[in-house]
Amino acid sequence: MKNPLFILFSITFFSMICLGQHDASTSLDNKKIPAIKLKDMSGKAVNTAELGLKGPVVFSFWATWCAPCKKELNTIHDLYPDWQEETGVTLVAVSIDDEKTKSQVPVYVNGKAWNYVVLMDPNGDFKRAMGVNNVPHTFLVDADGNIVYSHNNFAPGDEEKLYQEIKKVTGK
Amino acid sequence: MLKRYLSFFFFLECTLVLGQGNLTGNIESTFQYLNEDTIIGAKQPLEKGLINSYMNVFYTYGNFKAGLRMESYLPRIQGYPNRFEGTGLGMRYVGYSNEFVDVTLGSFYEQFGAGLALRTYEDRALGYDNLLDGARIIVRPVKGVVLKGVYGTQRLSFQQGQIVHGAGIVRGIDGEIHLNEAFKKLDSLPLDIVLGGSFVSKYQADDDESLILPENVATYGGRTKLRYKNVYFDAEYVLKEQDPSADNNKIYNYGHAAVFNLSYTKKGFGLLVSGKSVDNMSYRSDRNKDLQDVFINYLPALNKTHTYNLVATLYPYATQPMGEVAYQADFLYTIKKGSKLGGKYGTTIGANYSTTFRPNQHTSGINLLDSSRVAYETHPFDKSDSLYWQDINFNITKKFNKKFSTIISYYNIKINNDVAKISNDSKGIIHSNIAVLELAYKINPKHSLRMELQGLFVQRENGNIKDKGNWATALIEYTISPSYFFSFMNQYNYGNPDQEKRVNYPIITCGYIREATRFTVSYGRQRAGLFCVGGVCRFVPASNGLTLSFTQSF
Repeated sequence: MKNPLFILFSITFFSMICLGQHDASTSLDNKKIPAIKLKDMSGKAVNTAELGLKGPVVFSFWATWCAPCKKELNTIHDLYPDWQEETGVTLVAVSIDDEKTKSQVPVYVNGKAWNYVVLMDPNGDFKRAMGVNNVPHTFLVDADGNIVYSHNNFAPGDEEKLYQEIKKVTGK
Repeated sequence: MLKRYLSFFFFLECTLVLGQGNLTGNIESTFQYLNEDTIIGAKQPLEKGLINSYMNVFYTYGNFKAGLRMESYLPRIQGYPNRFEGTGLGMRYVGYSNEFVDVTLGSFYEQFGAGLALRTYEDRALGYDNLLDGARIIVRPVKGVVLKGVYGTQRLSFQQGQIVHGAGIVRGIDGEIHLNEAFKKLDSLPLDIVLGGSFVSKYQADDDESLILPENVATYGGRTKLRYKNVYFDAEYVLKEQDPSADNNKIYNYGHAAVFNLSYTKKGFGLLVSGKSVDNMSYRSDRNKDLQDVFINYLPALNKTHTYNLVATLYPYATQPMGEVAYQADFLYTIKKGSKLGGKYGTTIGANYSTTFRPNQHTSGINLLDSSRVAYETHPFDKSDSLYWQDINFNITKKFNKKFSTIISYYNIKINNDVAKISNDSKGIIHSNIAVLELAYKINPKHSLRMELQGLFVQRENGNIKDKGNWATALIEYTISPSYFFSFMNQYNYGNPDQEKRVNYPIITCGYIREATRFTVSYGRQRAGLFCVGGVCRFVPASNGLTLSFTQSF
């Protein structure tokens, strides 16, 4: 019984050595947005990897029952017109509300007059694929689709750090 | 041993040999060291230290995908289901997907429509995972059409580091068509139409000696979503065949679940009205199970999920799957910037009302002792006057200037403790009023202070204090962006009818965050209570001690 396990261990170990010599540019380092099929707030099907947005994109995972998430998105809401003008960034707010509170999402989003792209992830497919433990969790994706920065949690001031990162990827 | 790790190494192998593709995932670990505290009834576990750990790894390479979750309970932290133990694979799958087809073999999470007939999901905070192990196919033959087929057994438990499956087999099909996408002629139609339908069936052998139990039980129904400009409507109705179970005392009634949402929203304004009717709708892949075990469907409570500590954890409500009729209205309005009431930043007013009743169950002309074993008759939305739940709440959010903002909230909650049991210290309806004041002050661009003052006041009945009486909570939080936070919270049960139980529950929490890594340390007392997410609750016993947690995404 022990023999096959040992062989597997060995293969894995040797692969790791091989990987160490692998060209980094083709390795796993460039993390991309996984292709998950979701719906937007109006019910239209979208593929998370092909949103067709130009420039950098911020994915922000939130929920109607998450106070710091709402604080983050409301804070950015006030700054968003300037951010868009200066860097061409688009914010995609991914709601992880499930069927219990999903119908309250448009009430909140429109009630707050947000201008974000809003995606619905009621069964956590995108959340799982992105490795999100808890919300809020924010990812910054450059124009080539690589995830270049992510931050878990929100405290006032974090929006400035995010904006610095956005400016970094746009070279401004 | 070997068998258990084979798939893991195979998976690792694929990733490493290829050295390409996309790898994502996360790690979470929670450790507790608990003390004995006789005042709040907290016990010290024999092991003293408890730890839960998880790691998800998802890999995609072109059209190929694979994923797994290692989990470990050595032993499980407090309040977790008592049959989680050991270290091993709690979820694993391989699959292939392109624009036309998506196939998964192994574990998968799926939801048909609103989940009334089928929803498998994981909620780690609750220790809830009813995943299906088997095969799933999703086909998208033309734009706007999605067809799904699933076949599998559910995860019931996790023992000796292995998944334990439920007794029954679950299979289902689901179809949905977005007419405006599927038919080009309808593309410009102002009315947006989605239609869908699902059929789910479970099989479990007849294990009853005195009754002839149906071994195959189906649940099926239809749904629609309509949108016209700013008006949105959706509805779903499912019917369940005769499903005698431990939940319904083995009656042979059909069951139903129906839900609808109607909303009108525009910039600065949102209004939603919802309704729900449920009867005899506990649908599990093992008819003898209870609590949160192997539910095939999902029946969330129709109310707002609150976030402030007292209102969220003292009197939460979860759906009664055996029957309820519920309504909800949700409203949000932002007073424009620059107006008198709106001020420089706008003022937001939110209100929410939800109520739930026992359904009418007509028994005239029904003989319980006849061979049909049909116990009563009822109809969708046929409600009685017997109240299960009521919540009236509103809040005002106001930002005064760049530094200072506030939220004022009020909640009026009635819960029927005879039906939706949340306390052993009371009978009948517990009526409470809760007020919360939240203040936030930005000291400088990186340093901020936040405070919460909460009061919960339980209405007396015939001059007697109900349940645990009144509570007060204070919270103060200091954050340094982007890496540190410190918070202190104290809950004081000053109104407990039993003088000796007028206890303080202080807890201090500190955290360090660096990008997608997060460490938190907390020390203090936590009171016993129901911890709920999405209308599903678990009981957490009182505790006193140290909790360390670590999360990482990659």
